[in-house]
Amino acid sequence: MSDTAIPARTRRFRISRKALPYVLSLPALLVCIAILIPFFTAVAYSLQRYRLSQPWARRWNWGENYWDFLFDPSFWNTLQVSLTYAFLTVGIELLLGLGIALLLQKRTRFNNFVSIMLLMPLMTAPALASLMWKLMTNPGFGILSYFAAFVGLEDFRWASAPQTAMLTVVLVDVWVYTPFIMILLLAGLRSLPQQPFEAAALDGVPRWFVFWRITLPMLTPFLLTATLFRAIESIQQFDIIYAMTQGGPGDKLTVFQVEAYLNFFQSTNVGRSAALLMILWVITYILSMIFIKQWLKLRERARGEI
Amino acid sequence: MEHTSTLEKALRGVAITCVILFFMFPIFWIVLMSFQTNETILRVPPSIIFDPTIQNYVALITGRLETSAGSLEINFMSNLWNSLFLSSASVAVGLILGVPAAYAFGRLKFRGSEDIAFTLLSFRFAPPLLVLLPLTIYFQQIGLADTYFGLIWVYQLIVLPLILWIVRGYFEDIPADIENAYRVAGHSWFSTFRKVALPLAMPGIAAAGLLAFIFAWNNFIFALVLASADKQPVTVGALAFVTASGIQYGQVAAGVVLSILPTLALALYAQRYLVEGLSLGAVKG
Repeated sequence: MSDTAIPARTRRFRISRKALPYVLSLPALLVCIAILIPFFTAVAYSLQRYRLSQPWARRWNWGENYWDFLFDPSFWNTLQVSLTYAFLTVGIELLLGLGIALLLQKRTRFNNFVSIMLLMPLMTAPALASLMWKLMTNPGFGILSYFAAFVGLEDFRWASAPQTAMLTVVLVDVWVYTPFIMILLLAGLRSLPQQPFEAAALDGVPRWFVFWRITLPMLTPFLLTATLFRAIESIQQFDIIYAMTQGGPGDKLTVFQVEAYLNFFQSTNVGRSAALLMILWVITYILSMIFIKQWLKLRERARGEI
Repeated sequence: MEHTSTLEKALRGVAITCVILFFMFPIFWIVLMSFQTNETILRVPPSIIFDPTIQNYVALITGRLETSAGSLEINFMSNLWNSLFLSSASVAVGLILGVPAAYAFGRLKFRGSEDIAFTLLSFRFAPPLLVLLPLTIYFQQIGLADTYFGLIWVYQLIVLPLILWIVRGYFEDIPADIENAYRVAGHSWFSTFRKVALPLAMPGIAAAGLLAFIFAWNNFIFALVLASADKQPVTVGALAFVTASGIQYGQVAAGVVLSILPTLALALYAQRYLVEGLSLGAVKG
């Protein structure tokens, strides 16, 4: 190598070294920026009177869409339905997931096999899962309708009856997402240090006491992460509900995203739709900030254990 | 913990059986349905004994449904093809964009890198319709409405954060000394990246790619809002399929089976990485 070539190389290297991370992440950033534009557009829409059917009447009405929500029973219905759905699904999935994780805690061949099998619902597209349950709850030939009749529930109409529609979609959600909580908690349980449990066993500490005082506290970061993760997704659920009933019967299942979708495409009320989504966004943003903190703690821990 | 009584063992057995029944039965039942004709499906009481037929699958794959009212065209296979194409292309784009960025975030650390990485992560949690509804209007204006290109772009919303955060963890796990040693030997950053970092992070990249593929395949809302019939993946196509006239239930079931088979197979193959992928790298399996 000649004498002049070396400084030239290092200089070029120094410049690129500084710019390098930006160059590497630029394409990903551009994609993100392109996604931020529609986000700000949505904010603008939410502050406008904007109906696709009456484009001439489009104007800024500032907070009117939001103000109207206060006196709009269908908005309160949406909020109530969404919260009910989120609480029911996350609550049931958490209890069930924890129970199953505890059952499968020991690393045996059988347990590992079962935990892998249980991932199948989670890997099924939620919209298709809804379709499967729709086939099973069909009043004509659905096996679950048959079972319902068999245990004495005559004419049990699952998702098409207002009283049982929520139950049905919650059931599908539980079927799909319980394995998610189960597998996170199982990984958590199996990563816990063994000493406290061994010490407790030696001292003959009762098992319920071990569970409440050792297992549960040590599992808390995993429980929190799993719960928040699910809560964020559950309050936004669209696929399962839309695929099952499109928000019906009536307005029984018009959760935020379903209501926003129907507002946009059926009543073409873009302003109201955007305002609904903004409220949902605020809820999920708050949840996701808490979540990310919790998630980072776990992530550092996982990295530290290598 | 040796004093597990027989009663406890029995209870555990019952509990496990119930769990397996609840989670496996729907898949089992739909698979059974997919091998039945309408007559056996509509039998009362239902039974698991029947003459299996592959007619439903044949009808879907050839795209011709023979009914008493005549024959009916269905394009289920094109939905399947759309799913395959959209998911693979999205993952390919996601890897090309995401892996270098993950390296920048994980190894090079620069001003603002954490903020940007978190902004990307927060996209994962924002309501998809918030972005999709304005996009439908924009896409119509710039001519991206109902194009594969537009869809693949939007799919980056789910694919990119996943790839970025999983792969980043793998880059962080490579001891910096290995790379430094290679650099000191006079190699450029690019050859260090290519010859050292990339091969060492390969398992993570492969896992992230597989998982991103599964999530892209399972996505419903993007295509529902942005794609018309000829670009729709199976998730949207199968749903429209139910309401098609003259359709038989066995064919719907066969459609569901064909649609979920690829993701189930991939998940079984990649199960070692599922925990990590599902928790976006926070928990190791």
